[in-house]
Amino acid sequence: MEFERRDAPFIAPTSDVSSIMRHVLFALVPAALAYVWFFGSGFIFNLIVASLFCIAGESLMLRLRGKPVESTLMDYSALVTAALLAFAMPALTPWWVTATAALFATVVAKHLYGGLGYNLFNPAMVGYVVALVAFPMHMNLWTPPRLGDIDYHFMTIAETARYTITGTFPDYLSFDAISRATPLDVVKAGLNNMLTFSELRAYPIMGDFGGRGWEWIGNFTAIGGAWLLLKKIIRWQIPFGVLMGVLAPSSLMYIMDPGINPSPGFHLFTGGTILCAFFIATDPVSAATSDRGRLVYGFGIGFIIYAIREWGSYADGVAFAVLLMNMAVPAIDYLTMPRIVGHRLKKQGDR
Amino acid sequence: MSSPAATYDLGKLHGGLRLPSNKMESTATPLQTIPVPDQLILPIAQHVGEPAHPIVGIGEKVLKGQLLAESYGSISAPIHAPSSGTVVAIEPWPVSRRQGDKAPCIIIECDGEDRALPAAEETVPFNTIEPDSLLRKILQGGIVGLGGAVFPTGQKLMQAATMPLEYLILNGVECEPYISCDDILMREQAAEVLGGAQILMHALGLNKCYVVIESDKPEAISAIGESMATLDDDRITLKQVPTIYPSGGEDQLVQLVTNREVPTGGLPTDVGCVVQNVGTCAAIWRWIVEGEPLISRVTTVTGPGLTTPMNITARIGTTVADVIAFAGGYTEHAKQLIIGGPLCGKSVTTDRVPLVKATNCILVLDETAGTAEERPCIRCGECALVCPIQLLPQQLFWYACSDNEARLRSYGLTDCIECGCCDLVCPSHIPLTASFRNAKARIQELADEKARAERARRRFESRNERLEIEKLARESELAQQKEDARNAGPAAIEEILKRQREKQDQDRES
Repeated sequence: MEFERRDAPFIAPTSDVSSIMRHVLFALVPAALAYVWFFGSGFIFNLIVASLFCIAGESLMLRLRGKPVESTLMDYSALVTAALLAFAMPALTPWWVTATAALFATVVAKHLYGGLGYNLFNPAMVGYVVALVAFPMHMNLWTPPRLGDIDYHFMTIAETARYTITGTFPDYLSFDAISRATPLDVVKAGLNNMLTFSELRAYPIMGDFGGRGWEWIGNFTAIGGAWLLLKKIIRWQIPFGVLMGVLAPSSLMYIMDPGINPSPGFHLFTGGTILCAFFIATDPVSAATSDRGRLVYGFGIGFIIYAIREWGSYADGVAFAVLLMNMAVPAIDYLTMPRIVGHRLKKQGDR
Repeated sequence: MSSPAATYDLGKLHGGLRLPSNKMESTATPLQTIPVPDQLILPIAQHVGEPAHPIVGIGEKVLKGQLLAESYGSISAPIHAPSSGTVVAIEPWPVSRRQGDKAPCIIIECDGEDRALPAAEETVPFNTIEPDSLLRKILQGGIVGLGGAVFPTGQKLMQAATMPLEYLILNGVECEPYISCDDILMREQAAEVLGGAQILMHALGLNKCYVVIESDKPEAISAIGESMATLDDDRITLKQVPTIYPSGGEDQLVQLVTNREVPTGGLPTDVGCVVQNVGTCAAIWRWIVEGEPLISRVTTVTGPGLTTPMNITARIGTTVADVIAFAGGYTEHAKQLIIGGPLCGKSVTTDRVPLVKATNCILVLDETAGTAEERPCIRCGECALVCPIQLLPQQLFWYACSDNEARLRSYGLTDCIECGCCDLVCPSHIPLTASFRNAKARIQELADEKARAERARRRFESRNERLEIEKLARESELAQQKEDARNAGPAAIEEILKRQREKQDQDRES
């Protein structure tokens, strides 16, 4: 009998990229539900706009580069980028802001670098930063969470849709009437105005640890992250590194002077720390690859997040932290190369 | 009953995989013996190193156990007739080593009588033989590593004997899925295995031997345990190790059992260990004690493409088609024929290939491998997590694609044992191991080419040098002649000119 000739091994691989990306998307569902609950339907519109433009950008570039469009789209990586963008955007964002971010993420950050696997920078974070720089006003329109005793105006689905499409508010509302400082903004400004952290903690927008509402989104994000860890889609090193990178300096500072430094819990549960730890920093393509390297990479991101919040001019610094550490990845990979079995530890300057 | 083997303080192996073993199918039936077929095909290269040199002629009658081809070169092994019959041809035939392409083989038409060569000498108890002569004797038995690596055992032991040694390690780990020939061999021939170990300890002057068996082989563990109790040799210890692929690799086993790393480019003997497969030990016992060279082996015939998976003892040279017919034939789903296991084996194009000394498994799968779509690497790092050598396969793949030889070397390409773990966990379905195999071959090719160019350059230079010397010699000879003529004076010159004129006249006349 005659047979075909193939290369070993002859056992089929057990996982594939599509399934990894699908897992990531599923893991974001609890956080998305919490986000919609606290900040309204805007998230859904952002998600739709981001998805459409990410897919459009990806398809366009795949066609231009002469790559198979349909099968590549089926790796779901464009949708993961879209989802992360939707989380990063304020709940109320006009479509062209999101579209700019989405197109920049896929066309420039991803495909001009060679497509999935070759991008140096996290596409979603590049898109977010571009939007932040290009549309600072829109990107700083944060609404307060939907909670009984907080002064907020909750926009209906129709009003949200109108704002997303046209960028205009209903006649009885205005930008100033609807936007509120985020807990991170409040703490930053408050501390600058010589208030103490315990005074700021008494504000109604503050919850048990971080901002009210925000901390719940953090909890639900962590549930999804824990599920990814359990499924071994992500490994513990990067999330642990990021959380430690935020917790270590913030604890130290808080212990030294709890009056002028926000508590570590506040840093953990406010802003994008948890989303970053489990979903953004863990993007394998733009992260370090060795176990030790990933700890260093994660810790670096966490520390930069803390540094930007503490000493920078932006209220939150997830995107910048991730992009800065993306740049450091080749160096981290090189310096944390594991020792090959049977080789002696390489001395400095051996290579 | 408590297991006779305890899991000792084991060294740690990086990575590895727990794979579905798929061994129950083939171990369900006891070991069967295939009758001698009508024709035996014996490739002259069944081992690592130089092919053996045939010493029989076409038409010559041979007896079972008779030497057919002798060892040639510093690494080689002889080949013996597995049964009696007539040598009908020495010609190219499809072989598994070349995936079904042809290589020189000795073909024997068997007479069915299976007459054995009368023993040349009386077999004496092995412990009365000098270790040196024992090693030389093993060299003549045509014994090679039966775990699949087929390194000539005699030469391996000769090399080992020159090193300071501490442990003999019997490899009964057999970690690759589907393969169960060592398991069955340990169950049925435990005494021979341990006997072989005693021979080896005597030959190498060792007094510590570990028999290492994976925890998923309780029957083999108890069989070896019982045999050890009968033997009562306190030099031999049974060690049970967890079932993790690829802990049966020679270097991996040493690391697991002794917590010593075999240095890169080195051998287990560098850290005081000699590793022998349990099947090889049994073969040594049969040769030294019973005088039968390596002419048969235990092989697993299994896979979802076969009707009745089993383990068989077959004469070397039986074709795979004969073996599969004996095992009930293919199912209608048979898609791929693999000689060896599903991770380290080779797919062959035809079942006309013979079973050789290396054939530990004949695997028939019901689907074709490598059909999953390949996507770009997403640097997830799973490959690095499972690599037993702690390489970075994703980086190696990158450098393999760009043919960056320097980087490939510094990232340890040559340390890759081609276990295939990285392929199995790659979510992008990249054929990593195949690309490393190719990169290794390319580096070898480049090195060969360099060596060839170097040889050519040297030849060219020596030719120039030779021409130069000849030219100088000619010139000095000419100068000498002129000098002689000048010294001889005008009369002599006149003589020469006259001779020339006469010659010219003669030429004109003719």
